[in-house]
Amino acid sequence: MAQPCRLPAGGRIDRAKPLRLRFNGRDIEAYAGDSVAAALLANGVRLVGRSFKYHRPRGILSHGSDEPNALLQVDRGPGRIDPNNRATVVEAADGIAVSSQNHWPSLEHDLGAVNDLLSPVLPAGFYYKTFMWPQSFWQRVYEPKIRAAAGLGVAPHEADADRYVHRHAHCAVLVVGGGPAGLAAALAASDDGARVILADEQPEFGGTLLHDLHATIDGAPAGDWRAQALATLAARANVTLLPRTTAFGYYNHNHIALVERVGDHRARQDDRRPRERLWQVRARQVVLATGAHERPLVFADNDRPGIMLAESVRVFINRYAVAPGRRIVFATSGASAYAAAADAKAAGLDVTLVDIRAEAECGPGPAMLRARGIDVLPAHTIVGSTGRKAVTGLIVAPVDANGIVGPRRTLACDGVGMSGGWTPAVHLFSQSRGKLRYDDAIDAFVPGTPAQAERSAGAARGIYDLAACLADGWAAGGGAARDFAATPSPTGFRPVRALPTDADAKRVKAFVDFQNDVTAKDIALAVREGFESVEHVKRYTTTGMATDQGKTSNMAALGLVAEILDRPVPQVGTTTFRPPYTPVTFGTIVGSARGALFDPIRVAPLHDWAAAHGARFENVGLWRRAWHFPRPGEDMHAAVRRECRAVRESVGIFDASTLGKIEVVGRDAAEFLHRIYINAWLKLEPGRCRYGVMLKEDGFIFDDGVVARMAPDRFHVTTTTGGAARVLAHMEDYLQTEWPDLEVFLTSVSEQWAVIALQGPRARDVLAPLVEGIDLAAASFPHMAVRTGTICGVPTRLFRVSFTGELGYEINVPADYARAVWEALWARGQEFGITPYGTEAMHVLRAERGFIIVGQETDGTVTPDDVGLGGMIARAKADFVGKRSLARPDMLKPDRKQLVGLLADAPDLVLEEGAQIVADPHQPIPMTMLGHVTSSYWSDACGRAIALALVSGGRARMGQTLHVTTPTGFAPARVAAPVFFDPKGERVHG
Amino acid sequence: MAEQAARRTPILAPSAARPEAAISIAPMVPAARFALRLPEAAAKAIGSAAGFRLDMAINRSAAARDGRLAARLGPDEWLLHGPETASEAIARDVEAALAGRHFALVDIGHRNVAIAVAGAHARAVINGGCPLDLDDDAFPPGSATRTLLGKAEIVLLRPDEAPVFRIECWRSFAPYVLGLLEEVGREFAGA
Repeated sequence: MAQPCRLPAGGRIDRAKPLRLRFNGRDIEAYAGDSVAAALLANGVRLVGRSFKYHRPRGILSHGSDEPNALLQVDRGPGRIDPNNRATVVEAADGIAVSSQNHWPSLEHDLGAVNDLLSPVLPAGFYYKTFMWPQSFWQRVYEPKIRAAAGLGVAPHEADADRYVHRHAHCAVLVVGGGPAGLAAALAASDDGARVILADEQPEFGGTLLHDLHATIDGAPAGDWRAQALATLAARANVTLLPRTTAFGYYNHNHIALVERVGDHRARQDDRRPRERLWQVRARQVVLATGAHERPLVFADNDRPGIMLAESVRVFINRYAVAPGRRIVFATSGASAYAAAADAKAAGLDVTLVDIRAEAECGPGPAMLRARGIDVLPAHTIVGSTGRKAVTGLIVAPVDANGIVGPRRTLACDGVGMSGGWTPAVHLFSQSRGKLRYDDAIDAFVPGTPAQAERSAGAARGIYDLAACLADGWAAGGGAARDFAATPSPTGFRPVRALPTDADAKRVKAFVDFQNDVTAKDIALAVREGFESVEHVKRYTTTGMATDQGKTSNMAALGLVAEILDRPVPQVGTTTFRPPYTPVTFGTIVGSARGALFDPIRVAPLHDWAAAHGARFENVGLWRRAWHFPRPGEDMHAAVRRECRAVRESVGIFDASTLGKIEVVGRDAAEFLHRIYINAWLKLEPGRCRYGVMLKEDGFIFDDGVVARMAPDRFHVTTTTGGAARVLAHMEDYLQTEWPDLEVFLTSVSEQWAVIALQGPRARDVLAPLVEGIDLAAASFPHMAVRTGTICGVPTRLFRVSFTGELGYEINVPADYARAVWEALWARGQEFGITPYGTEAMHVLRAERGFIIVGQETDGTVTPDDVGLGGMIARAKADFVGKRSLARPDMLKPDRKQLVGLLADAPDLVLEEGAQIVADPHQPIPMTMLGHVTSSYWSDACGRAIALALVSGGRARMGQTLHVTTPTGFAPARVAAPVFFDPKGERVHG
Repeated sequence: MAEQAARRTPILAPSAARPEAAISIAPMVPAARFALRLPEAAAKAIGSAAGFRLDMAINRSAAARDGRLAARLGPDEWLLHGPETASEAIARDVEAALAGRHFALVDIGHRNVAIAVAGAHARAVINGGCPLDLDDDAFPPGSATRTLLGKAEIVLLRPDEAPVFRIECWRSFAPYVLGLLEEVGREFAGA
């Protein structure tokens, strides 16, 4: 029979919209509006999982986000598999497949259940004591085994097929929680047009009003009041309603993170719609109307499937029209369960209620129930339950005022609703750094003084009466004080920790924390072993540490510690709550930042041309740069050799656009550069370029590049590709904080100017026909000069510079023109065999000439002298950034690592970059390492492999043979000058 | 002897904005742009230069004649904007107006790329990556500010009453910025 436990009428489900899901391979029929938990219960499914540690059969405990037991894997199709979903918050949707976790081989027959029998040797903290010896076993055996046993669910293997997006929003008032208090707050806050966001984690707003069938508000049924309130809010343009939206993080400055579940509840995935949306809301005022969580009762075997929270029984009956059982025993220490019992009876179920309290303490509840024909047993304790995979009976016994337990009797049942009172959901308040205050009258921590512009309202601060919740919410929303008339709510409970029992408390399992399998005796053990702080108890026993953050268990654990220590609860303290309130998917956090949008991929203006001409690219910071241009059949090695040869013999063309560029303008521009760089700038004439090196305060090389003086008050500075942003920041920092008197302005023009490097003996021949207004003759436009004019009819800043050692130009043109200019050069260069080259060939060419690359020859611990550039330092300068550090004794030591060339004895051996260098490969380990290889390439121009290295006292070791690590041992190599080609640098003047 | 001036190859192909659509994300045609730096006191003293108003509040923009616009992005920083063909005239006029003063006028016409975001969901889409409050009260017509869109720095302008936002970013970030806007905008596209 389909849905045997579905009640014939009632509920907020839509019986006209049947749907079908699967649970552990079996079809489950449900209706739109069901949660997966409701659907399972409607189909008589009680056993939904195995517990974390003891693998005990577990069912559904609650109806909401506090659920500790019913964690399911949800499968919505390929790439849409997600473990550890709480069945109580996953909406039933057509076609989804859910399955239970933490069992082998099956849910019904789980070998892990042996842990339950072994429990005497698995007490709290057992792994701290058990897995100590032999020590070597920890890494190889114990830790891997424990890791395999720990953790719930199976991580998905496929890439997530869903989309996730982020949204930022601002509002005057953010109301978290759409129950009575939250609705009233939102109404009050939005009354004057202020922007209000109301978020609730459930599919429908209303909170308790969704299952309270009898209450009235201001004379109308509560359901009508709810509908009216929602209609009012929906009609206000200034109100944003966010159902299915959980506020999970409360950060500084009223910055709240929420996750909106946009897609999962829909039967069909619309590709345009994201699955979830991360909202980051900045609110002037936050109202936390997050309600309260019901506490389970702590008694032996209180975890059998079918034993659930009393209010949850009521929710399943009233909201989902599901009977969690036909014979239900309510066990309570407070008033609220009486309403649940009455509703269960009204739904036609067989109901008994057991109250730990004496009849006199119980108020009007017992009489009310007896009038409905319900058997009420006051002054009874619960000492156990019967059944295995489903509860079959509740074992109760009378208990007197002294705690003496009388004879047991078993109340046969197939469902239990228990209530140990209520705990305000103060998680977000605690995250906001607000201090909690213990309220003895309701045995709970409630929000104390807020730390931010925040107000808690209603049950979230321990106000449980409906009318009072409404008034409190209204006031929190900024409304003028007003009263609401509403049906009085049954409130009040007697705080109980572990229920009195006639059994040996050390031999029974009375669960406090269901998700982490922590029992009352574990808590007692921890206290006995000296863990008296609640923070220590928590870590030792793991109580409250699972994904549910102890929503149902915290007060029980805290109360137990206090009781055993015989201290008041506030002295034991409470733990601090941290985000997230409930688990959040990685997808939500990541949002759009995946694939091509993970990081900006910066492409230079000539990227498309390079791609079309077969370039392979490498990442340089966020940039994609053409690495080499292999022709069909060529490997990288062959391509790079060919590209290098072309530059040395004829002409190569290279996209240098990613170079950082800064326009330095102002009367004091030269003076500014004079202070930033180690070398001299004041006398550089307009039209000339100079290579500059800059240090940080510590005296180590920070960046380098060619600087051109365009005019007396205007410089065109180039930086390394990776250094562009930090050099500008460094310069701005000095300009604004150290030298505000200098009249200088800095503007980044890295992307204004594309740079085409044309390098090789025929460079001038290719360039000349395209340029107007610039005399390219060597005499009038020498090496290290800059000219302005036009190329292909567009403006250019033409640099005659070379990073290859050949005659060369760097043609700066406005970026959008680069493609056309490049193609013109390409066409002109055909007769010379013009060859595009990539960064790898560029690296080889410059290494042949011994030019350093910042970040390759330097690593933040290298001074100008270390790389042989000490001669650049303008000694006469009074100061420059880093000057004083260069005078430190350590900077002057002769054994500093210095840049040298390395020539392996085997001429074709390309040493490994990063390889360590020693003097004697036979010395005992650990060896004295002298330095490392910084750059290493095959060089056609030299006819052999070449390498640059930083070697301790390297310049004094010229000619020495040192030994360089290789994958198989050591290779001997001779120390040489770090210039391998055209040592006098004559070719650039061609 | 260059036969014909080289053509521009913009990184994003321009398209026409459709403000009536639920969401319209359209790269804009090239424009003249300059970064103007000028000490705050000088800006206050002269009020405007070459028709560009300079003494507005920070994060405000002001339209000038012939489709020109000045946006004040900092105490001493303006983004000057105009039609592409006006580039040389703007440079000449501003330099003439500020001659003798300490200032920097730097052409960034090829550095920046603009994308117009319009339509009923324009704010929601921009807020997909930008944390600013874009409500009319917080970001009224005439607003202009440097901010973030996802992992890219942008300048966000709302030049006038029209519910059209203009996002300016550096050239190489434009594919990312456009990609992020389109990704976030997918749920509204065709809606």
